[in-house]
Amino acid sequence: MNLRASAPKNFFTLHGKGTPPIRLIRNGALTTLCIALSLLTLVPLFSIIMLVVKNGFPLLSFSLFTQLPPPPGLEEGGFGNAIIGTFLMVGIALLLAVPIGILAAIYITEYAPASRVSVAVRFVAKLLTGVPSIICGVFAFAVVVMTTRQFSALAGGIALSILILPTILLTAEQALLGVPNAYREASFGLGATPLQTIFRIVVPDAMPAIMTGVMLAVARAAGETAPVLFTALFSQNWIHSIMEPTASLSALIYNFSTLPYAYQVKMAWSASLILVALVTISNVCTQLFFSPKHR
Amino acid sequence: MDGKSITAGPLIPVRREYRPRPDLFRAACWVAAVFTIALLGFIIGQILFKAWPAISKFGFGFLTGIQWSPNRDLFGVLPVLIGTVASSAIAILIALPLGLAIALFLSENFLPMPIRQSVRFVVELLASIPSVVYGLWGIFIVVPLVQEYGAILSAKLGFLPFLAGPAYGNSLLTASLVLALMILPTITAISRNALIAVPPTLREASYALGATRWETILGVILPTAAPGIVASTILGLGRAMGETMAIAMLIGNSQRLTWSILSPSNTLSALLANQFAEAEGIQVSALMYAAALLVVMTLGVNTAGEMVLRRAQRTVVGLK
Repeated sequence: MNLRASAPKNFFTLHGKGTPPIRLIRNGALTTLCIALSLLTLVPLFSIIMLVVKNGFPLLSFSLFTQLPPPPGLEEGGFGNAIIGTFLMVGIALLLAVPIGILAAIYITEYAPASRVSVAVRFVAKLLTGVPSIICGVFAFAVVVMTTRQFSALAGGIALSILILPTILLTAEQALLGVPNAYREASFGLGATPLQTIFRIVVPDAMPAIMTGVMLAVARAAGETAPVLFTALFSQNWIHSIMEPTASLSALIYNFSTLPYAYQVKMAWSASLILVALVTISNVCTQLFFSPKHR
Repeated sequence: MDGKSITAGPLIPVRREYRPRPDLFRAACWVAAVFTIALLGFIIGQILFKAWPAISKFGFGFLTGIQWSPNRDLFGVLPVLIGTVASSAIAILIALPLGLAIALFLSENFLPMPIRQSVRFVVELLASIPSVVYGLWGIFIVVPLVQEYGAILSAKLGFLPFLAGPAYGNSLLTASLVLALMILPTITAISRNALIAVPPTLREASYALGATRWETILGVILPTAAPGIVASTILGLGRAMGETMAIAMLIGNSQRLTWSILSPSNTLSALLANQFAEAEGIQVSALMYAAALLVVMTLGVNTAGEMVLRRAQRTVVGLK
């Protein structure tokens, strides 16, 4: 973004002596309006952050991470099972989506960039990013829950994997495209096979940017509720296998937010705080550790 | 470099015929690529397959029916369809001016770079907050606000059908307000890209003719960036239609058909979120039908948006 020197520097652009005042007034008014509208949007964001911290902080304690949700009416307990459930389902999703996404990205950038398959993959990945997250849940419900007749962490993980597949694929594609072609040519020039070029040169060079995409996917999957809502459902107990209903932080927030018990609502706020912190930390870590090299 | 290593000829084995082995890794990559393509078809196919009992039973009447009562086997989604379109449209109406203002704020040099960078960071932060957290925030902040001011509004302007009372906290307006906030990052990011892509020569030419900054923005820059801004609106609409959790928590989940934006309503995604876990028999099928409608609507809107965006990018490249 390079705004050239020709753009007026001063605040209300009082340039040009012959400009009629009405035009200058209109100019200044519009500038003020634009800045005001922009700063207006900061209000709801600060409101969200303030509220999440204010309401979520008082309940934070060690037992919140180690205990089970209380039955309605009792004022003790935590959501250890929901935290484990969230990590478990995000893990399943990564296990499924990361290999497929990265391999597909390698195919469309390294092996056959102009082929019909690659064009179709790019198009479909774009379309998949636009598929509502709840549709991933509906699909996992149709394929996994209706076949196994059981709400399960597996179904939730599969739903999340569909959600993050396009993110991983498209960021990995961008990452691989960012590797200078000269590297590939040099590698081939030294007699390396395509496989050696990909594994020794291209993928190592693109790794930080690929990891950025994976971390973004983790942040997104951890926060999504709609795909796990009726695939993993919810559970009051610790998880014993991936084939049983599983709690997650996001489903806990949804379920507890409308309960008439003050303690459960407070737990929903604490879960929000943890979720927002998780998402923000993974976003910040991504920017700190895997900042793109080629810019 | 010593000459010895070069003259070590006899150590090189006798030249064998080179036979390329099949590249298994390439095959694996191909499988992953084809899997991705097949996935979209599989998703649509599965949803249609599971919806088939409802599609054959209710047919087109599903779209025009205004009753949704699972215990009487009556399924119609007209109110829900209207709710989906209305909530997204109102959200766009609110988010477009704001998003455009921020996009201009970020691309013009009204204020110094650090301030613009922090505003940009904040808008990106908005995008990363999970949908349920918006919902939770909405329950405690927006619902009481809409209830309070909605009552005043409907008392003063209740003769207008879309502001008719009684005013509820969990209403179409509440959901739309929060939705607007959620799609703001999408609209801002795409509009900003469109504004930045306008060639600086056009701006320079306009200034040289004596135009003020806003005459330049309104007369030259916005018209040039218009296709990109239209694309941002369409893609924002696509996102708004698919948003689920915050809406399910705020819209009130009522299938009653009303004109008022102050009364509860429902959207396709919220309907799915609320009913799937307890659905049985034909209701599952009916919900799959609703899911298929949602897929068709969002895919249609998103494809249109992508096409406009691609076209917009080509036009601007042509200008340079």
